[in-house]
Amino acid sequence: MSMISVRDLVVEYDGRRVLDGLNLDIEPGQITVLLGGSGSGKSTLLRQILALENPKSGSISIKGTDIMRCSPGDLKKVRRSIGVAFQSAALFNSLSLEDNVALTLREHTALAPTIIDLIVWMKLAVVGLADFGKLHPQELSGGMKKRAAVARALALDPQILVLDEPSAGLDPIVAAELDELILFLKEAFQITALVVTHELPSAFRIADRIAMLFNGKLLAIGTKDEIRANQNPRVRQFLNRVPDNPVHMPAFASYLERYVQSQEAKP
Amino acid sequence: MTQSVKGSPITNVFKIAGRETINQLDYVGSLNIQLWATLRGMRAALPLVGNRHRWKAAVHQMLEIGVDALPMVALLAMCSGFILALQGASELRRFGALHYVIDLVAVAFTRELGPLLTAIAVSGRSGSAFAAEIGTMKVTEEIDALKVMAFEPVEFVLAPKFLAALVAVPCLSIVSNVFGILAGGLFMFFSTHLGLQVYFRAVLTSIHLQDLIAGLIKAVAFATIVAHVGCLEGLRVRGGPEAVGRSTTMAVVRSTFLVIVADAIFTTIFYFVGKT
Repeated sequence: MSMISVRDLVVEYDGRRVLDGLNLDIEPGQITVLLGGSGSGKSTLLRQILALENPKSGSISIKGTDIMRCSPGDLKKVRRSIGVAFQSAALFNSLSLEDNVALTLREHTALAPTIIDLIVWMKLAVVGLADFGKLHPQELSGGMKKRAAVARALALDPQILVLDEPSAGLDPIVAAELDELILFLKEAFQITALVVTHELPSAFRIADRIAMLFNGKLLAIGTKDEIRANQNPRVRQFLNRVPDNPVHMPAFASYLERYVQSQEAKP
Repeated sequence: MTQSVKGSPITNVFKIAGRETINQLDYVGSLNIQLWATLRGMRAALPLVGNRHRWKAAVHQMLEIGVDALPMVALLAMCSGFILALQGASELRRFGALHYVIDLVAVAFTRELGPLLTAIAVSGRSGSAFAAEIGTMKVTEEIDALKVMAFEPVEFVLAPKFLAALVAVPCLSIVSNVFGILAGGLFMFFSTHLGLQVYFRAVLTSIHLQDLIAGLIKAVAFATIVAHVGCLEGLRVRGGPEAVGRSTTMAVVRSTFLVIVADAIFTTIFYFVGKT
């Protein structure tokens, strides 16, 4: 059974269709990368999977629970099995790093404070931030914030890890470190991961399967090799980084020439 | 939401009036929905029966809304009390009724000025702070993070703030009454050499228990308005940091306006109830 199953999902904002009858299955124990350009519907799909928005039609099941139609209690149970690291990290600025990671443990478990402290230290150690637990989010660099968000997402030992643009805005070295961390988490915890990105090197480094979105539709899905071999023109365009509206240099040059001539012709 | 309107000028007036009415009704409806949701989530913020983390957050908010605002509210009340006594005295002196300044200041503060000045001060300090804090949380996806971490944002963010406002504003209102009346006493002492002991005895005879209760009822209502408008403005933030700035301004403007409207309604009700 798929860990996450999306069926005929339609999402509209003010009559504009953002997701158009999307079907997608996320298999357990795999890293699935959602790839696509800006405005392709990746983040919208993610918000739907996290039940942060309601679709126009369609359904999403997580571990067999239809999150659109289940009770609030069941939705909470499902949410506790998902760890999410947002694009902006979304750490609570009023809390230290330790408290950010400890929050769900303190609120959703009956563990003793010493055990919670130990778990927090372990989660921070996994992402390489064990020595920075006392710091507040505003004292961290961009890469450290992203790793801290992953540590917080791991706090309740989730079965599913959702990462929204984990390497966006990071330098290549830090981005590569995060990629290694995601691979390590999959190996160490057998976690199912859904990663949203438009960074090609990162996608091809970590993915078991890649799902490519275009204009709210699933354009292609498969292993890295299958996606590389895909002959769909839009897939080729994305992989080969070909712009949609290239600047037409000859037309621009002739316009410039005419403008200069018209200026010279003025008395 | 502003939309361009085409048609004759008279039609346009009706269209704009209709749209604005719907917008305002939508706003008041949202406030009511949020109020009921917060009341349902309030149990979590209560001591002993609730969640101790929410109670701790509520106490923290009480300190911020109440204790931190004490100097400002006290100074505001003293200045207002002094001005009221001064203006009242300048007129009442002409009729040889200077001693009525005591009644004027005492009754005006317990029934009206104490809660009103407090609400305006809290709106400027804490209402705007609520909007900025929640608006920033919205922009930085912290509210979404709370949801996906299986927390209820209403219970987690709104309930402690509402509970804190419900406790702090009436307390501040009493402080405001005391300092406003004290300022009247100082005025009387310097202008007529009336002893403060005599002044306070006269104050106690001029105010009644129902005046105090009416003032406290108003304070509770104003606390509800200020807290909820601040939180709602924060939750309605869409976009980036500039939207947070707009929401803080709107929180102060709307809550001050609604507090004054509510004050007028309560004063009218108490006036007619007092008559019967």
